[in-house]
Amino acid sequence: MTVTAFDEMTALGQECRSGYEIVQSWLGATPTELLRLRQQEAELLFRRIGITFAVYGDAEGEERLIPFDIVPRILTRPEWDRLSKGLEQRVNALNSFLKDVYGKGEILRAGVVPEDLVYRNPYYRPEMQGLRLPHDIYVSIAGIDIVRVDAETFYVLEDNARTPSGVSYMLENREVMMRLFPELCARHRIAPVENYADELLATLKTIAPRSAPGEPTVALLTPGPFNSAYYEHSFLADKLGVELVEGRDLFVRESILYMRTTEGPKRVDVVYRRVDDDFIDPLAFRPDSVLGVPGLLSAYRAGNVTLANAVGTGVSDDKAVYSYMPEIIRFYSGAEPILNNVPTWRCREPESLRYVLDNLGDLVVKEVDGSGGYGMLVGPKADKATIESFRDKLVRDPSKFIAQPTLALSTVPTFVGEGVAPRHVDLRPYVLTGADGVKTVPGGLTRVALKEGSLVVNSSQGGGTKDTWVVDVPVLDGTSQAQLQSQSQMQSQTGKA
Amino acid sequence: MLSRTADSLYWLSRYVERAENTARIIDAATRLAALPAGYGAATNEWESALAATGCLEAFRQHYDRADAETVVEFLAFSPQNPSSIKNCLEVARFNARSVRTALTTELWETINTAWLELKNFPARDPTQRLSDFLRFVKQTSLSFDGSAYRTMLRSDSYCFTRIGVYIERADATARILDVKYHVLLPPGAKVGGSLDYFQWSSILRSVSALTAYHWVYRQNVKPWLVADLLILNQQMPRSIASCYENITRYLDMLARHYGRQGPSQRLARATFTHLQNSKLDDVFQGGLHDYLSGLIADNSRLGSLINDQYLT
Repeated sequence: MTVTAFDEMTALGQECRSGYEIVQSWLGATPTELLRLRQQEAELLFRRIGITFAVYGDAEGEERLIPFDIVPRILTRPEWDRLSKGLEQRVNALNSFLKDVYGKGEILRAGVVPEDLVYRNPYYRPEMQGLRLPHDIYVSIAGIDIVRVDAETFYVLEDNARTPSGVSYMLENREVMMRLFPELCARHRIAPVENYADELLATLKTIAPRSAPGEPTVALLTPGPFNSAYYEHSFLADKLGVELVEGRDLFVRESILYMRTTEGPKRVDVVYRRVDDDFIDPLAFRPDSVLGVPGLLSAYRAGNVTLANAVGTGVSDDKAVYSYMPEIIRFYSGAEPILNNVPTWRCREPESLRYVLDNLGDLVVKEVDGSGGYGMLVGPKADKATIESFRDKLVRDPSKFIAQPTLALSTVPTFVGEGVAPRHVDLRPYVLTGADGVKTVPGGLTRVALKEGSLVVNSSQGGGTKDTWVVDVPVLDGTSQAQLQSQSQMQSQTGKA
Repeated sequence: MLSRTADSLYWLSRYVERAENTARIIDAATRLAALPAGYGAATNEWESALAATGCLEAFRQHYDRADAETVVEFLAFSPQNPSSIKNCLEVARFNARSVRTALTTELWETINTAWLELKNFPARDPTQRLSDFLRFVKQTSLSFDGSAYRTMLRSDSYCFTRIGVYIERADATARILDVKYHVLLPPGAKVGGSLDYFQWSSILRSVSALTAYHWVYRQNVKPWLVADLLILNQQMPRSIASCYENITRYLDMLARHYGRQGPSQRLARATFTHLQNSKLDDVFQGGLHDYLSGLIADNSRLGSLINDQYLT
């Protein structure tokens, strides 16, 4: 099956879309050899900075690089404005939903979302029932995965409301682009992303417990150096200027959380935790875990410390709940969703299941609580045996699965060794929610499937990343034409130099 | 600063220092083993190397005989020896990685590069390229020290790395001296004889102090003067007195940073004062061995006080 995809630079191969003019002529004017050289320099930069991730079950590569592509992905300001409005609406709905399901449960009583999806959800935490959080904020940091299928249509592929990762790549990708291609960057008006860390810290401080004495102390909780995202944790702690703590650095006394410092115990008010619910407190959750802090949940429930994201947010980013997001948005905002879901069949519903079983070869089937590109079936790419084994799984336990059509994800030109070719991408913007509202730094992490035709962008499956630019495009009247001309002159000059 | 961070910095520098000391001890043993038989060369120089690093017992659990090959393997490469050079550098790198952001780029690169280069040396038939290996270890610790000195902010982080170095070094100097005095000379060999002379010179060489000795004393190598140089002489950077001068300075700097004194400051100062007021006669009166054992015990007590006060 061939997917004729929408290309973000050339639409369907004919024209150059607004925003990409300079990049297109740059790609046209730069010899492959030079691009290759730059690609290698980029890799060297990443290697030197030590931007790595770990792959589980990989004995060799405790530390690996995520491939970085030098061709930026561009969104125009109007496109971004629409996206960010949609993101704000979506994340507000996520927070309202969590407040509701851990509170009065109105949406369940109204029958909009089936009760068992919530109460029998593995990520539902009864400990959170009836607890009020500062400013009712559950999801302070959301990573919303978005795909595009044509000039007009963006779909939300997934909401990440637990501990979304990858933001360090958003920041470092920009850094590397600025170092490697300063002229190219200078010729665009690219909205900056560098303020992300400041915004994040400010956001976290706004949700500190009311009992926090004075300026709130924030710490970032990591599972430690063996975690796949450890590099990101240390990078962020550095940028935020807060301590990177492990469970053993913390202790709870009389329901107050402290960290052990060289100057004695120091109270911690807000924990940006990158440790999953199951592992944060061996007294409350998994007793065999050594990553967490005994008593943390009691301090949390006593309102003496804020966890970001809150405990139990996983109940909202589950793939089954995902399919209800349009209804959830309507329920709490009374407005139509700005960003749509990918059409989704819930296999728990008999009619949908029948359709899915009849069309397995054309669909993408996902486990409701799977992530990272594991445990999914990409029908058109799968062989018969795989399809049949999924059919068995579906029949055995249909409620564990959802199915979606194979989307023609948009492509962006990508340097692939022998030259520049279109590759499929997605986008993960990071949405911050604090007492002062919702903020999204313009851009996000663009992930790209480096294999030709592949739709799987996860780094654990060999995907790469790109810098994501939100650019202000001049309206194409007389003056801006002149501007463009002078820009391309500039380019030929630098080309000669 | 997090206690764990301070702990990692402290042990990072202790392990790098320990790797260097072990390399120096192997170096000295190699020199001793090369002494011509005419000088009455001892047969236990390899055992004394083990004793100097404090792992004679552990060695005996794994090997039957102590010779160049087995001892070098054990001291330099063996995974069974937690203080082998290889283990030291691995633990150092592990600690460095866990506090990567508290290190300067130069410091991190020194330790990471050493860790990568370590793989180039043969663990089997370790005496091959041995001198290259020992030079590499000393070079690593030199550039580690140098990059700490030249690039680190003079904050509490810096203090903890310095304190780690000097605690470890004081311990090593005391042990090296102690071993010479008690293990090395075979029964029947004359104190002050030629073997004795060469052994003391090797000790001095092993801590890069032979030239210094001649500058300070302007006479032949004599055991009590070696002891003076390595215990009491504050000009000598590896002497115990000099180590304590530094330990006291950096512990005081910490106390100023944090606005609070504690038991570790008091013990360090007491030990330093004691060393400053000691005369060579005092050292030898109760016996050098007892004197050194006392220092080693105080030093390790100081280590646990620092641990209790800052690192847990």
